[in-house]
Amino acid sequence: MHETLSQIPWALVLILLPLVTGMLAFLWPRLAIPLGLMTAAMQILAVIGLGWQIHSTNDAAYHHAVGGWGAPLGIVLYADGLSLLMLTVTALVGLGVSIYSVEYFQREQALRFWPIWLFLLAALNALFLTADIFNLYVTLELLGLAAVTLTALAGSKAALDGAMRYLLATLLGSLCYLLGVALLYHSYGTVDISTLAERVEATPAVWAALGLMGAGLILKTALFPLHFWLPPAHASAPAPVSAILSALVIKAAFYILLRLWLTIFSPLNESAATLLGLLGGAAVLWGSLQALRQTRLKLLIAYSTVAQIGYLFLAFPLAAAAALSTWNAVAYLALSHALAKAALFLAAGNLLCFGGHDRIADFDRVVRRLPITAAALALAGVSIIGLPPSGGFIGKWLLLETALGQGRWDLVIVMLLGGLLAAAYVFKVLGHSFTEADVMHEAGAVPKIMEWSALLLAIAAVVLGFLAVPVLDWFGLGEVVGIRAVSS
Amino acid sequence: MNWDKWIPLMVVASSLLPGLIIFTLAEKRGRLRTTLNLLGAVVKLGLVGLMVWGVYNEHHYETRLALLPNLELVLRAGPLSLLFVTLSTALWFVTTVYAIGYLEGSAHRNRFFGFFSLCVTATVGVALSGNLITFLLFYELLTLSTYPLLVHRGTEAARRAGQTYLIYTLFGGALLLLGTVWLYSLTGTLEFTPRGFISGLGPEHNSALIMIFILLIAGLGVKAALFPLHGWLPKAMVAPAPVSALLHAVAVVKAGAFGIVRVVYDVFGVETAALLGVTMPLAWLAAFTIIYGSVRALYQDDLKRRLAFSTISQVSYIILGVAIAGPIATIGGVVHLVHQGLMKITLFFCAGNLAETLEIHKVSEMNGVGRRMPWTMAAFTIGAFGMIGAPPIAGFISKWYLGLGALDAGQDWVILVLIGSSLLNAMYFLPILHRAWFREPPKQWPADHQFGDKETAWALLLPPVVTAAFALGIGLLASLPFTPLDWAKLIATREFYQQ
Amino acid sequence: MSLAFTYALIGVGLFTMGLYALIVHAHLLRKILALNIMGSGVFMILVALAKRSGDVPDPVPHAMVITGIVVAVSATALALTLMLKLNATSGRATLVDDRQD
Repeated sequence: MHETLSQIPWALVLILLPLVTGMLAFLWPRLAIPLGLMTAAMQILAVIGLGWQIHSTNDAAYHHAVGGWGAPLGIVLYADGLSLLMLTVTALVGLGVSIYSVEYFQREQALRFWPIWLFLLAALNALFLTADIFNLYVTLELLGLAAVTLTALAGSKAALDGAMRYLLATLLGSLCYLLGVALLYHSYGTVDISTLAERVEATPAVWAALGLMGAGLILKTALFPLHFWLPPAHASAPAPVSAILSALVIKAAFYILLRLWLTIFSPLNESAATLLGLLGGAAVLWGSLQALRQTRLKLLIAYSTVAQIGYLFLAFPLAAAAALSTWNAVAYLALSHALAKAALFLAAGNLLCFGGHDRIADFDRVVRRLPITAAALALAGVSIIGLPPSGGFIGKWLLLETALGQGRWDLVIVMLLGGLLAAAYVFKVLGHSFTEADVMHEAGAVPKIMEWSALLLAIAAVVLGFLAVPVLDWFGLGEVVGIRAVSS
Repeated sequence: MNWDKWIPLMVVASSLLPGLIIFTLAEKRGRLRTTLNLLGAVVKLGLVGLMVWGVYNEHHYETRLALLPNLELVLRAGPLSLLFVTLSTALWFVTTVYAIGYLEGSAHRNRFFGFFSLCVTATVGVALSGNLITFLLFYELLTLSTYPLLVHRGTEAARRAGQTYLIYTLFGGALLLLGTVWLYSLTGTLEFTPRGFISGLGPEHNSALIMIFILLIAGLGVKAALFPLHGWLPKAMVAPAPVSALLHAVAVVKAGAFGIVRVVYDVFGVETAALLGVTMPLAWLAAFTIIYGSVRALYQDDLKRRLAFSTISQVSYIILGVAIAGPIATIGGVVHLVHQGLMKITLFFCAGNLAETLEIHKVSEMNGVGRRMPWTMAAFTIGAFGMIGAPPIAGFISKWYLGLGALDAGQDWVILVLIGSSLLNAMYFLPILHRAWFREPPKQWPADHQFGDKETAWALLLPPVVTAAFALGIGLLASLPFTPLDWAKLIATREFYQQ
Repeated sequence: MSLAFTYALIGVGLFTMGLYALIVHAHLLRKILALNIMGSGVFMILVALAKRSGDVPDPVPHAMVITGIVVAVSATALALTLMLKLNATSGRATLVDDRQD
């Protein structure tokens, strides 16, 4: 039994299952929900299986040539600790969001939501399992198109506008990225990441490629100052879609940037790192300040995402001298943020369903009437602020420790300020949850499933705070950082 | 199975689990809620008693859990921990009884008692922490669990008070975090060690260490209401009386003061701190706070606010005792942790009784109240005299040792501060007592809730009487073993004399 | 070689012109066209620089371009649909901020 379980190509399952069920859900809408839930559950199983497979190989990485064709003609699937991290995030958040969506979407919208969501999952998984830069482009585009479609789902003017803006930005980013691919291929004759990593040197062509791909990916990750498309899109999308966008889709672009950074662009790390750190710091401060100014909850959460992405980029200047602890910190921050941010958006969706609006000052005794949602808001907020005990705290601690060890007081101050500002906007929301509104209103019913899925995601973010050692062990990022090139 | 390893964790869990369960209960299950609360309190008392007995018999209670790659969550039962945890546990029990009586008939008691339990969990965690990161974790948890209690009433005033509270405490938390991480990056460890764990660092780190000390003390000083970080405390009086009692006597302020004691003794070590030159400024700041709090208290007519400023003043006694850096002063400061807790909680209970039974909130309304509520005012009198420092109540013992310790350490000016503060205490407490006992009561109280032939409900009456009796008893019997004074002597011995 | 290089430069020129048009023009159809031109520019570069030893062209970039064209077509289809819907609900085929009302 164990033998057969470890023989199954879990990587393929991760990609093919959502693809197939997505098509089936499109053709037979009645089966959409059960197919969606089943897929989400299988994802978790598959990720565990894949993790097992990774740990049992010599170099802590899993390779699979699709159809038996090796690179450069065929497509090779590759999974190491970093891929495993992203796949785990996707599976966990995906499950929570899927459960939530069972009740959130009614008839019409549900028909359109499930197939596209499943395709998005397939694209995400494929992205994290890719071993060459062109395939990354393809999956990135698929991801973007699926995400845009989901954003426009609500059909309102704001949603369509946000989706259009998102689409234009994402296409621009992809084209810049593709141009970078072209340059790299022309210089080195391959698109395989590990081979490129071996061959690359700091030539002008590579610099140009870094600039282009970097710019494109930064645009897609919504790093300051190229974050303009994010608030309208994330705020006007339906709640579960906002969760998917903030927690997962943005992380995909970040993942690509990180992957390329560690492999192909490693000779260029020193100089570019400062710029990324600077932008990250600006993102943290700017995003937090903007979040504080918002009167609507979903916009506040969207700007919070802009700020939290900044934290991830603060790590780049630190990585040169302390690679493992820095990337461990990033892993934890990414994982906690994904869970907490998804929980926040789902909770916001509950509040919208309940009161018909998401104006923060007009929240009416939320703690009393929607205690589970309030708890979700509180717990997720704790992780976003980085207060103990939570995954966010662990990530923040690791990053602070690394920064202090290298005497980077600028980064330390930014992180602490970011934490305080985050506390300000989180407690702004929580404070208003306790009070009455000036105008009482009729309460809409919120299905229990929706409340509980939000709470469970938030609890996961907090519980992560106690599981740092086994979780970081499971991801085994030490191997990733050491890897320069792996033959397929 | 080695139970000793798990007992500290069980002590923490004994209020965490009931709290979590209470959150899920339906509002009307009052009996179940009360049972859970009291059961948790009793279990905790039992476990703490076990640990006290065990430590006397050479048992070693320590729980270690991996938290970060190189840091562990450590819960350990040492003399100082046990002092604080016993205080917290006993007072939690008493306050639970009081709160059940006080909140009779009000809404959302599940929420209240749930967070109440979390609050005690955090306090006990703070008490039992074995290293600075565990302390930090529970310290921040304390902030998070006290906030909902503060805003419990849901009014706009409560929300704004909560906002102020958060601004202060989260800012303090950030400073504490910075100090902790910095210290960790310098020393590679955060374990509380008697005499401190930084002695291995060379003198080139001195300026960094001084900065770290300032950061840690500032972070802790917010909760300990050290001037000028005390601003949140008077505003927090909007909370219900049991919350004020808990915050002021047991949980929040004491956690801050306890933290400062820990930092001076088990992080820096008294000698190292004195060498770095940080203890004198701390002593001055504490002395200033003592006088400042008392002076402000004089001008308050609202009873709870007067008591709040009195707390600000009294907690700094603990800090003063620690900062004087001598063994006898240490005894005075540490034992005041317990004594002040008992006396102040008595006073707050009484204030709550006055508010609940007669809707009296101001000192000017208290004429002749001693006739209407004799037991309550008797307890209040004991507490007040203890604050002033009159023998044989517990407060006298702490002041005596502080004074002796100051002389012993050559800090004669402290005597002036102590005398001045006692005078000021007398100036703002004695008039209250005079009003209550010797003035004619008004024709009608603002309200008059009857409770049969008792002056007020049992649940409201017993707690202050019990704590006042303890304050008196501990003072009278101070020289016996197993009293807080005895514990304090043990702690001072470990810090100053043992290897 | 220089012919191929010229084509590549033209590709870069198309990319840049497209980028400019994307940013400057408010009408969505123009933006979508701009993106398509940028795409064509990239494809041109890919094809122009495709070379193997000797004068035999490298088929791998051609495969990439074909894939890219398919992706571009799908993306354009989505973009046009969105534009039409936006036009239907709001009356103008521009983004909300770009309107000069």
